[in-house]
Amino acid sequence: MTPDRLRYDLKIIASWIKPDSRILGLGCGEGDLLYWLKKEKNVKERGIEIEESKVAKSIEKGISVLQGDINEEIEDYPDNAFDYAICSQTLQQVYEPPGLIHSMMRVAKMGVVSFPNFGHIKVRMQLAFTGRAPVTKELPYSWHDTPNIRVLSLNDFEKFSSQVGFKILKRAAINTKNNHRQGKMVNFLPNLFATYGIFLIGKE
Amino acid sequence: MSEYIDRDQTGTSVGIVEKQFFTFAAPPDRLKLEGGASIGPLTIAYETCGTLNKDKTNVILVLHALSGDSHMAGYYDPEDTKPGWWDIMVGPGKGIDTDKYFVICSNIIGSCAGSTGPSSTNSETTKPYGTDFPLITIGDMIETQKALIDHLEIKSLLSMIGGSIGGMQVLEWCVRYPDMVKSAIPLATTTRHSALAIAFNEVARQAIMADPNWNSGHYYSGKKPDMGLSIARMIGHITYLSDESMRLKFGRKLQNRSALSFEFGAEFQVESYLQHQGNKFIERFDANSFLYITKAADYFDLARQYGSGSLVKAFSKCKSKFLVVSYTSDWLYPTYQSKEMVKAMKKNNLDVSFCEIDAQWGHDAFLLPSDRLDNLIKGFLRSASHDT
Repeated sequence: MTPDRLRYDLKIIASWIKPDSRILGLGCGEGDLLYWLKKEKNVKERGIEIEESKVAKSIEKGISVLQGDINEEIEDYPDNAFDYAICSQTLQQVYEPPGLIHSMMRVAKMGVVSFPNFGHIKVRMQLAFTGRAPVTKELPYSWHDTPNIRVLSLNDFEKFSSQVGFKILKRAAINTKNNHRQGKMVNFLPNLFATYGIFLIGKE
Repeated sequence: MSEYIDRDQTGTSVGIVEKQFFTFAAPPDRLKLEGGASIGPLTIAYETCGTLNKDKTNVILVLHALSGDSHMAGYYDPEDTKPGWWDIMVGPGKGIDTDKYFVICSNIIGSCAGSTGPSSTNSETTKPYGTDFPLITIGDMIETQKALIDHLEIKSLLSMIGGSIGGMQVLEWCVRYPDMVKSAIPLATTTRHSALAIAFNEVARQAIMADPNWNSGHYYSGKKPDMGLSIARMIGHITYLSDESMRLKFGRKLQNRSALSFEFGAEFQVESYLQHQGNKFIERFDANSFLYITKAADYFDLARQYGSGSLVKAFSKCKSKFLVVSYTSDWLYPTYQSKEMVKAMKKNNLDVSFCEIDAQWGHDAFLLPSDRLDNLIKGFLRSASHDT
């Protein structure tokens, strides 16, 4: 895989990561981001993924990934074992987000969290005008089969930070296109116009 | 083990291989065993495939399980009908690529396929050892392998891989010689036997020892305890399969008949299968070896031996990068046992990958053709070679 094929949101996350750091990828999927970071930034990577086929794809790429539930598996790592714990597009599927954020802040110096923005105008319009649970490109499931049990907006996450007790160090509101290969930053009314939010978080 | 293997359909093979021997520990420099006894001289049978590179950094050690031997791949003779027991995995372009790696497999001490074991001649009495052969441990197996690696003037191993009792040897190597093992792949294995695993082994051993021909282990000049060994193998095969695999493979199907015949023959296919496996096994395996190796497996307990009961402590000196693999339907060494070792490795901040392969074939799945396992191993070995 060549670096320019990395998904746009992952490119932004990658740009925040310092070379040679230790990374934990939570729900790392097929390991695209970790693979890129290992190749391009010489990071020491560990990933956790629950789906057997995705775990296998990751290991085939030559990155270190273990199969399991992120909420349980994160518990075994020593304090500050990592520089960054990355939870990309997974937080909205976690049963107890505060617990996971606490664990991330325990095992790593900093965290990266990204998720689809439920405050996006398309979501609001769908609910307003059809009166039905929104189904979008970013959150493509129906209410009855969605794994996304914790949908949130960018503003929700900002508020969540003070409730749970972590600092937001950096934020990026983005729109993606072409199957997420390309995208742009959204600076004007991000909670209304961004499809995704990405946050770099640190300890209070 | 080799009952699964037929000639490679793809035609790729390492070709002709040779059984080699290394003899050491000649008296008075006998090898001191963990159980306290000393033994020597010792002979280890081994096989190598591929080419050792100039700086000797491409070495992979394959560790075989209970009934395996050093013949992991290829053929001794062009006329051989069957290749080595892991020919599907070891060869040019295969999971363990012999175009890249120098692969060694040695027969374990206590076995009966060329290495010194209970059926070997005791040089002091000029008779087979029988049960005068001292009890051995997984650690003793590692010491003989270490002697072979030293003899080959190899300083470190790029990787080692083994399933079942072979996996125990992998783990023992990593703990005993942490500086020598760059990476390791324990497959379908455990850091210690459960009561269930010990129970099956004990029933199998009792079957051998209850055979009148066993004669307290001194049967080499007369009839062998074939019936006992055959039953022991049948018990083993039950543990290597799974409820699901037996249901799919046999169900309640009858063997060569359409109705129950109300007699004590092998009526069900599963009965016939087990008897066939038992009968094949007695042609190639020694009953005493079965006793010694299963006992060594039962004794194996990494936490007790190296961590005063703590598995985390046991792995604390380890430096290897790991790929741990378990199988969903393995009821001999279920996934929770692999997860225990993964947990202990993580707590030591070791580089560990873990995959529970979805397979219905039970414990022996690691010996069956699987693109999933091939690709996992390929990827892991590639990354292990880059890291060094």
